[in-house]
Amino acid sequence: MEFHMIILVGILVTVAVYLLLSRNMIRIILGTAVLSHAVHLLLITMGGAGEGGVPLLRESDGPYADALPQALILTAIVISFATTAFLLVLAYRTYEESGSDNMNTIRRIDRE
Amino acid sequence: MKENDVILRTVTRAVVFIILTFGVELFLSGHHNPGGGFVGGLVLSSALVLLYVVFDIETVHQGVPFDFRKIAAFGAVISLLSGTGAAVLGKPFLTQGFGYFDLPIFGLTELATVTIFEAGVALTVIGTVVTIILSISKDV
Amino acid sequence: MNNILVLPMLLPLLTGFVLFFLRPSVKAQKIVSLLSLLALVAIAGRILYRISDEGILRLDFGGWAPPFGILFVGDSFSALLVLTASVVSALIIAYSFTATERRMENMFFYPFAFFLVAGVNGSFLTGDMFNLFVCFEVMLLASYVLITLGGGKVRLAESMKYVAINVVASWFFLVALAFLYGTVGTLNMAHVSVRVAEAGQGPLLSAVAVVFLIVFALKAGLFLYFWLPGSYSSPPGPIAALFAALLTKVGVYAMFRTFTLMFYHDDFIMGTIIGTMAVVTIIAGCLGAVAYTDIRQIASYNVIIAVGFMVLGLAVFNEEAFKGSVFYLIHDMVIKGILFLIVGAMVYLTGKTKITEMSGLIRNYPVLGWLLFLTTLGLAGIPPLSGFIGKMYVGLGAVEGGNYFLLFIGFASSLIVLYSMLRIFMNCFWGETIINREDQRLYPARRLIPIAILGVLTIGIGVGAQALEPFVSDAARVMANPDLYIDAVLGEVES
Repeated sequence: MEFHMIILVGILVTVAVYLLLSRNMIRIILGTAVLSHAVHLLLITMGGAGEGGVPLLRESDGPYADALPQALILTAIVISFATTAFLLVLAYRTYEESGSDNMNTIRRIDRE
Repeated sequence: MKENDVILRTVTRAVVFIILTFGVELFLSGHHNPGGGFVGGLVLSSALVLLYVVFDIETVHQGVPFDFRKIAAFGAVISLLSGTGAAVLGKPFLTQGFGYFDLPIFGLTELATVTIFEAGVALTVIGTVVTIILSISKDV
Repeated sequence: MNNILVLPMLLPLLTGFVLFFLRPSVKAQKIVSLLSLLALVAIAGRILYRISDEGILRLDFGGWAPPFGILFVGDSFSALLVLTASVVSALIIAYSFTATERRMENMFFYPFAFFLVAGVNGSFLTGDMFNLFVCFEVMLLASYVLITLGGGKVRLAESMKYVAINVVASWFFLVALAFLYGTVGTLNMAHVSVRVAEAGQGPLLSAVAVVFLIVFALKAGLFLYFWLPGSYSSPPGPIAALFAALLTKVGVYAMFRTFTLMFYHDDFIMGTIIGTMAVVTIIAGCLGAVAYTDIRQIASYNVIIAVGFMVLGLAVFNEEAFKGSVFYLIHDMVIKGILFLIVGAMVYLTGKTKITEMSGLIRNYPVLGWLLFLTTLGLAGIPPLSGFIGKMYVGLGAVEGGNYFLLFIGFASSLIVLYSMLRIFMNCFWGETIINREDQRLYPARRLIPIAILGVLTIGIGVGAQALEPFVSDAARVMANPDLYIDAVLGEVES
């Protein structure tokens, strides 16, 4: 289980890095989203995925899975949700102001 | 969406109530089972977003005349104050209490202060999600 | 009960949310902000005194005892920084009452400034690694909004870069947290420290430590500073001052906390890697400060030099040097606040940004000019101003530890700082004036008061160092003896 998850995390990070390094702003934002999902998977794997039952009373009678990584991931998801939403608004405003979604063009604005 | 959206409109009218009910159910079940303020709030806000997509913003605003930024702020204030209540009683910040009460219709029910906290979280989520969607979609 | 510990984070958050409802009335916003800031300073002072009376304080949220729950821990180090951050942000926000455009006040400038303060104070007080991440994010989200507020092409382009770099940094933070949790099975700082000491800091834990180092170096602008000059020079004065005074210091604080409490076992990381990073940062910062002619860029590179200098204290790694770094952190928050407020005011008054384009401002704005001169002396560390004490203790520590090279670099940088700042002062304030008496923009005294108070503070910290000394030595003592911190957090639970 852990082995497969780690490989999946690796693939996701590869995809995310490819997207992050592109020039298109929307791709960069998608890249940050994929990147955060990769790390959420990593967190749950590190907490020992696939071992133990659902950590709820009445659902199973132990041993329970470690519930802490799930709490951490929920928090991390909320934060990445907020950041992604902010990035989308920012990208839209930048596009409105500069008329471009290409990072190369935007970087040139800066130099002037 | 000027074209043939009769089906979408008709379905939405029914579906919105199903989504809202499901959202409330998720919110209340969060005490012992999967669910809670964050997920419940997301589902509730998805109902609102569906309304905004199907009908235009002005129409929805007539029915739901709230400033969602204020709802988000209000929810956050509730969450923070629910933690402060414990501090006033001399317990550590965010301590929650619960008790069993015999209510007229529901019978013996567990009431917990954590629900207040969760209600704040749900309101914050609804306010934030709708604000984000509205600010992106403002003048498209 | 130690519920007072949560107030430095809770109060700004609540104030921020309340200010959302006061949007129509800017006046009401200002009154509420001012009252809340005064209360914040009072609370921070009270915490510091309670710590000196009762030792390290701890607050378990929801009554969950460590290492299971989240907790806030207040030791002298965090309390000193909370107090300084509160005072400095109070003065900067008071300055922005008169200097912020109406348009920005309507776009929730004050609420987000308060969220920033809440995130900063939370980061200083938390005793849990994941909670540190959350507080960092609160602070960063607020800073994203503040840096974009008001728009404009250049600002938006700069903020896109700033947000992207910070998202990647936060990603590294989560990766480090995941590996840390996978290795030691806990995120409570004191508990991590115990487990690391038990298991020995092997290659895996050292790798985790280096990832943490990368994260905090990115946030602090240590070695990985390339994003900093651009982002700190684009926003208007008060926002830039808030950033320069608070944000990088949080990164530096996190670095001290992590490497003095948890990962202090590996001499190679402590001495060689961190030392090299600090030296490279100082040298690169000096080059930048001398090379640029844009005053905002020069000020930003001065931030980088200061970060390098504070981390020198960590690389030297003895109690004396820690003491110096704590003093220097306090000094730097104050002095960077003044520097960026003055630079922002100069840009506002002249409409120009390059030192070659300004001259003779001292005829028009004498008080501002002399305040900049005071700042210059303070930055260079000339006694009796606040920078001197920090530099002296770091120097003493370096001599004690035999790190003469670090000592040399640290003190040589002071000369460059002095040169770069005098360049601003001589070029912009001496010489023929470029502004006619008639065209002169009014610079009201109300705006000068907060800057002047900050100026008095920097003298006060220097002259009154004797009064601060007990708190600072206590902070350094806890850093040099992590067991004190661990006992305070886990003591009652261990059995």
